[in-house]
Amino acid sequence: MSTTAPSPAPTPGLSWGTRVLRSRVLAALASPHGVDRYLELVNPMWAAEEVRARVVEVRRETPSVATVVLQPTSTWRGHRAGQYVQVGIDLPGSAKRLTRCFTVSSAASVPGEQITLTVRAHEDADGRQSVSKALGEVRPGTVLHLSQAQGAFTLDESPATPTNNHLLLLTGGSGITPAMSILRTLLRDGYDGRAGRKVTFLHYARSPEDQIYADELAAIAAADNDVTVHLRHGEQVFSELELRRLVPAYRDTDTWVCGPSGLTDLVTTAYAGSSRLRTELFKAPRAGAGSAGGDVAFTRSGAEGTNTGATLLEQAEALGLRPESGCRMGICFSCTSRKTEGTVRNVLTGATSSAPDEDIQICVSAPVGDCAVEL
Amino acid sequence: MTTAPQLDHLDPLLDPLLDPLLDPVRDAIDVEATRKLTAEQLDAFGAELDAIRRRILDDLGEEDADYIRRVVRIQRGFEVAGRALFYLPPAWPLAVGALAVSKIIENMEIGHNVMHGQYDWMGDPGLNSRMYDWDNVCPGEQWKYSHNYIHHTFTNVLGKDRDIGYGILRMDEDQKWHPYYLGNPLYALLLMVFFEWGVAMHDLEVENLVAGKRRLEENKALHAGIMRKVRRQALKDYVLFPALTGPLFPLTLAGNATANLIRNVWAFNIIFCGHFPAGVATFTEEECEDESRGHWYYRQLLGSANITGSPLFHLMTGNLSHQIEHHLFPDLPARRYPQVAEEVREICQRYGLTYNTGPLGRQLASVARKICRMALPPRNG
Repeated sequence: MSTTAPSPAPTPGLSWGTRVLRSRVLAALASPHGVDRYLELVNPMWAAEEVRARVVEVRRETPSVATVVLQPTSTWRGHRAGQYVQVGIDLPGSAKRLTRCFTVSSAASVPGEQITLTVRAHEDADGRQSVSKALGEVRPGTVLHLSQAQGAFTLDESPATPTNNHLLLLTGGSGITPAMSILRTLLRDGYDGRAGRKVTFLHYARSPEDQIYADELAAIAAADNDVTVHLRHGEQVFSELELRRLVPAYRDTDTWVCGPSGLTDLVTTAYAGSSRLRTELFKAPRAGAGSAGGDVAFTRSGAEGTNTGATLLEQAEALGLRPESGCRMGICFSCTSRKTEGTVRNVLTGATSSAPDEDIQICVSAPVGDCAVEL
Repeated sequence: MTTAPQLDHLDPLLDPLLDPLLDPVRDAIDVEATRKLTAEQLDAFGAELDAIRRRILDDLGEEDADYIRRVVRIQRGFEVAGRALFYLPPAWPLAVGALAVSKIIENMEIGHNVMHGQYDWMGDPGLNSRMYDWDNVCPGEQWKYSHNYIHHTFTNVLGKDRDIGYGILRMDEDQKWHPYYLGNPLYALLLMVFFEWGVAMHDLEVENLVAGKRRLEENKALHAGIMRKVRRQALKDYVLFPALTGPLFPLTLAGNATANLIRNVWAFNIIFCGHFPAGVATFTEEECEDESRGHWYYRQLLGSANITGSPLFHLMTGNLSHQIEHHLFPDLPARRYPQVAEEVREICQRYGLTYNTGPLGRQLASVARKICRMALPPRNG
């Protein structure tokens, strides 16, 4: 170490190159587009702020589930076990980039480290391409567009200094992924059950063939690590009785539940408001009912109403909201808003769209059935 | 009736200068004569244009995405080349040229069109109307309001579309004459030289402040936004890049200023040819009350004018050389305008509607003549 102390302390952990790329001078030179708009033209894996990832490998878990191994750019800040990431993929053939959330299934990562996503491929529906299917079939070498890791469905104590709390991971279907990330993190970081903390892993899958991570779970169950693994297949749905038998004091046990709403609803009822329960819901995209009806929800303001069949802009205004708008005829894009779920029909073209998390022009979009918009 | 003083005697002085440049046949077209469509005809006219629009929307895909990404790569190439060539003093004109080309393409084919939402369907944040900001002192956020909403919705409606003369010029017979407008040609010249600044100031509605129709407080947020953008643009072009060339600072500074000037002059001329040549119609607010989609299309058509030219010329105008198609389909990728132009023209012919087009020289002369004519009070006032 040199003895001359640099006056402004450099951000620890950042390479010299990254510090230059994120410098204010370079940002000012690249204004108003930003440094990344130039870097991406040279090499898509060079970035100053944005996160991208190159597909390293695609492994098949079950006939419909694949694990995608990703090498993120150096801008990836790492993730805590249980978090998810927004993944943008340029769909082959249509030039459209669609973005969906996927849980990171690998153990907690540090900046720049490889991560994995485990994806169940949904079929193309309503004439739109399925993101999960495209992701499951992605070619190694493809570059994906990522967000930083998000979400609070995480292990909130350090796996390195475990307490003697019993942990219960309760999952259904592809909801296994965040629990798997938590379990893998515990085991990787030296958790061996000697601290007197039990881990109970209870999972529901449609059939043994649909069981994701079957070999790895069998190995974990066989090892001397104080982790008990219970796998339930087919007809064996969740019952409070069985949970009471496996974990008698479940309401006083730190529990992470993730899966389809059928499972999370039952578990939520069983826990009767216990603060030990943490829930993450995996939503399947809803198909349009084909008529008006249903309810319209404006999620930011909390306003809700019965779908009148009018455009979302008109319905929002009828509920007393004043969303930004302009031409009211679909040309100026002032009113573009994020639809989080539901189907909308373009009143000019008649085209319907059911994609979740989609930007729509609310002045020419009428909801078909239930619909939620971030307004 | 106008009570303005008569200055007819000045007009004959201007006419001989401009007349040789004009096309007497086209200037004689009576716009009023083409305004004879019934409500049913307007609906049918609108349905035909809607059909074109739907067909293009259904066809959007990889070709459009590849095109805009290629244009971005070319533009960035010119930009980097321009900035780099300033290190070679003998290459100064080349550097200025490359940077000017870069700024023109960035503002016109990329910025203007991306901020119109033409590529929003791609889902690429880098080409999204809500994220993009252009290499221009006017903040994209403000421009989108006055351009995409006000100008494109109320195109050529007097009293609504502030792009008619930009609050500075008199560009239409129905704008009341005032001795101030004697300076029309001078104001136009100044607006051309300082065009990006004019565009940035546009939203402040200075003319309405002067007229007492707008209060200074209403401009506070806008003004802050403009100053933020101006600081960034000036820091980049007039401080940092010149400083990076060390002793060549003054040369680089002058080069960057020249590139901005070239872009200003080019953009001004292309844009003025879009709405101000002879034969372009304006409308009253009454005419546009409860207007049908057909009438909206009709107004967009009659309120716009095209410029003929080569594919390279169209690229350098951001395809605003197809101002008519742009105004009919402002949210379709601009590369589609030349593809549908023939069809639009054929439809117009069938409905007996004027399709105003001509080479750059002729459209410019027509605009210049109008700027000078409008400086003077109406002859039959």
